[in-house]
Amino acid sequence: MERNLMKGNEALAEAAIRAGCKCFFGYPITPQTELAAYMAKRMHKAGGVFLQAESEVAAINMVLGAASTGVRAMTSSSSPGISLKSEGVSYIAGSDLPAVIINVERGGPGLGGIQPSQADYWQATKALGHGDFQLLVYAPASVQEMVDCVVKAFDRADKYRMPAMILADGLLGQMMEPVSFPEINPDAYDKSGWATTGHKNQREHHIVNSLYLQPDQLEKSIVDRFKKYEIIKETETDAELYLTEDCDILLCAFGATARVVKSAVNSAREQGIKAGLFRPKTLWPFPVKEINEAAKTAKCLLSVEMSMGQMVDDIKLAINCSKPVHFYGRTGGVIPTPVEVLEEIKKLGGAK
Amino acid sequence: MAVVFERPKSLVDIPTHYCPGCTHGIVHRILCEVIDEMGIEGDTIGVCPVGCSVMAYDYFSCDMIEAAHGRAPAVATGVKRTNPDKFVFTYQGDGDLAAIGTAETVHAATRGENIVVIFINNTIYGMTGGQMAPTTIPGQVTQTTPFGRDPQLAGFPVRVCEMLSTLTGTALAQRVAVDSVPHIREAKKAIRKAFENQKAGRGFSIVEVLSTCPTNWGLAPLDAIKRLQDEMIPYYPLGVYKDVEAGVFENVQGGNE
Repeated sequence: MERNLMKGNEALAEAAIRAGCKCFFGYPITPQTELAAYMAKRMHKAGGVFLQAESEVAAINMVLGAASTGVRAMTSSSSPGISLKSEGVSYIAGSDLPAVIINVERGGPGLGGIQPSQADYWQATKALGHGDFQLLVYAPASVQEMVDCVVKAFDRADKYRMPAMILADGLLGQMMEPVSFPEINPDAYDKSGWATTGHKNQREHHIVNSLYLQPDQLEKSIVDRFKKYEIIKETETDAELYLTEDCDILLCAFGATARVVKSAVNSAREQGIKAGLFRPKTLWPFPVKEINEAAKTAKCLLSVEMSMGQMVDDIKLAINCSKPVHFYGRTGGVIPTPVEVLEEIKKLGGAK
Repeated sequence: MAVVFERPKSLVDIPTHYCPGCTHGIVHRILCEVIDEMGIEGDTIGVCPVGCSVMAYDYFSCDMIEAAHGRAPAVATGVKRTNPDKFVFTYQGDGDLAAIGTAETVHAATRGENIVVIFINNTIYGMTGGQMAPTTIPGQVTQTTPFGRDPQLAGFPVRVCEMLSTLTGTALAQRVAVDSVPHIREAKKAIRKAFENQKAGRGFSIVEVLSTCPTNWGLAPLDAIKRLQDEMIPYYPLGVYKDVEAGVFENVQGGNE
């Protein structure tokens, strides 16, 4: 298969187009700008729509409009911009619409910085907007995985009629790696039962809506959605387990951080320390079964994140606090080094 | 016996939730008459606002989308850009269009987005119980301007058609009223013109409809009509502010201060 050297942000865009994305609405923000620029160049040739919106708020609502008509639609941004999109994402979820949202994370809170961060984990997995809802969250760790995630995100968003997010970071977005694009045949999902494409006087009118003034009706719509979430939790989790079969210490990391941690795990193994790595590829649903499998022989766990510690909460919940769970992180755009992580492993008694 | 008057086909035959004397019903009706006359119901997608007409998706029999507060022009943009052969309209109130959704309104207009915007100006927030709107007239008493709107404190109203008529992308900006039969006829003609503009691909068309809110104005329906005539029309003069087809770029005298 042909391999090209591509920047993460551009690979995300190319993968989306190949996955059948027919429109992109965005607003400039560092460090995801190359994605929009690539879309501007390619989308028209691909027969789709590229539009630079007046704001992140407008962009996500344009996505809502396009998605309402059954078209594969996408927007991308970075952390502060994702906060602005949160209103629209809640409406998309409440209206049972498929859409793909990309977050190339940077440091926060507020304007924060423009260097890589993973501090939007809570936002993505717990509360991207008001109300009871979830979105699918994928965490790629390489440019190739970004491509694969985008393809999967569009498919699952359509399959489950819900928003899906790629949670990347500035490091992945900006780095170049060889990448190949698989032959993609976007599964055709039948949207004729709900899409607002004009009824041609041949059916009842369709209404895309998230308003239910009767509490029992609203409750039912949410409960039905959560039944779907239960199926997703059973079937859609994905994780990489690396050297976990005999590990004494299980490191947990996602995205770019997981590559740093993998180096540290290899170094630890060279020094006779039985370290392993659990790397979730889906953050929601969180791979509960997989982490329990990975942690079987572990005496303790160490979550390494580019934040003050967010995924670490989910790890404790997933293993029901059955083992000590430690945390090491750098934040504000600082990337942890393999040497720092190895030091933490040693501190936790992994040297024995 | 010959039928000489009936409900437009595209207006669903169910009771609405609007208050007695509210003029939403008139605007719904003339909008649906235009849709019927043009025979476009099956190719039309409407976008509702947040406000009194939030549930209008139940009243219009074309496909409908309910947008977040102020975001209808952005939602309509997403629909129209991906379905350029369909007719797309938004139906929005003054708080939705001229306060929280000002950016979406202005930029849809300046992009020349080929959509129709029906803008209901009744100088008040109706659904939340009568607070100051961006169009509340100086001196007007509302729940949040209990001593009358004082421009020194609360700023001045936004004149939407005047503002949007300055933008190149606007094809039509016309202010109408639904206080009398001649004005209602005029309003319907303006809505027809807006949809014809969309059909011809002329760009953004907005029809601002001066309307009443008897409940939150604290007036009987007929007194509310009188207030529209005596207070609103002098402040918000009726007329065509911009009509690229007719070559009109401002033929209305400014309103009272």
